[in-house]
Amino acid sequence: MTGRYDEARLGKLLRALPPAPEGWVRAAQVLPRSRAELDDIVARAVADEAFRKALVEDLERALLEVGYEPECLPLDELKRRLDHS
Amino acid sequence: MEASLSDAALVARCRTGDQNAWAELVNRFSRYVYAIATQGFGLKAEDAEDVFQEVFTRTFQHLDRLRDDEAIRPWIAQLTRRLSIDRIRAGSRERVSDDEIEPSDVDETIELLDEALSVREGMAELSGTCQEMLDRFFTRDESYKTIGEALEIPAGTIASRISRCLAKLREVLEGRNPSPDPS
Repeated sequence: MTGRYDEARLGKLLRALPPAPEGWVRAAQVLPRSRAELDDIVARAVADEAFRKALVEDLERALLEVGYEPECLPLDELKRRLDHS
Repeated sequence: MEASLSDAALVARCRTGDQNAWAELVNRFSRYVYAIATQGFGLKAEDAEDVFQEVFTRTFQHLDRLRDDEAIRPWIAQLTRRLSIDRIRAGSRERVSDDEIEPSDVDETIELLDEALSVREGMAELSGTCQEMLDRFFTRDESYKTIGEALEIPAGTIASRISRCLAKLREVLEGRNPSPDPS
């Protein structure tokens, strides 16, 4: 095989893009769901002072208690949004 | 189904809130973003992960504001580049310019990755077995034995099968971008 796409060139190009770690890809793929959940949590915190207090005291525990999965949520962003809500 | 959509069509589907389309968009560009951050800028895993997630977060947030849906790829490349520079700058004790941060060969690296992504798009036109075999051999560094066991194919035939798959891939790519007429 010769030319622009000979075997060596194709091999080099295929090797140039190894897969990203699966966990990174999965986290990015569930972003829309995570963002919808983030909106719900912030809205609930605005409406419920006790829930907001629990989130400030122990964010992950408070989320778990109401059925969210903290490891699937962008917690830093949630903290920022709670600070500004 | 989403794998056969053009970038523009995929972006349009994402904008309607189609979560499968979003998952495909992430899948389509995940290797590209990862490679720019790690190969282009040499980011360590922890920093590369932050850049990776931020790229897709911002992409999701800006879907409504893209001027040209077909230009999602250069847009993502530029965003990854920008965020990688910011990440390196944040870890530096001194104030440094973008030019000082960017590796001298970053343009060439991104050009290569761009071409590599086009080759991967071409792979979508190959059979599932060919796609799997090329991916396992070239990007996952699996041996003929491992590939043979996974795909239930005699290990002794893997090399010739890979060669045939590469020849098909070449036909696909050259069909898309014909070489100039030698005459």
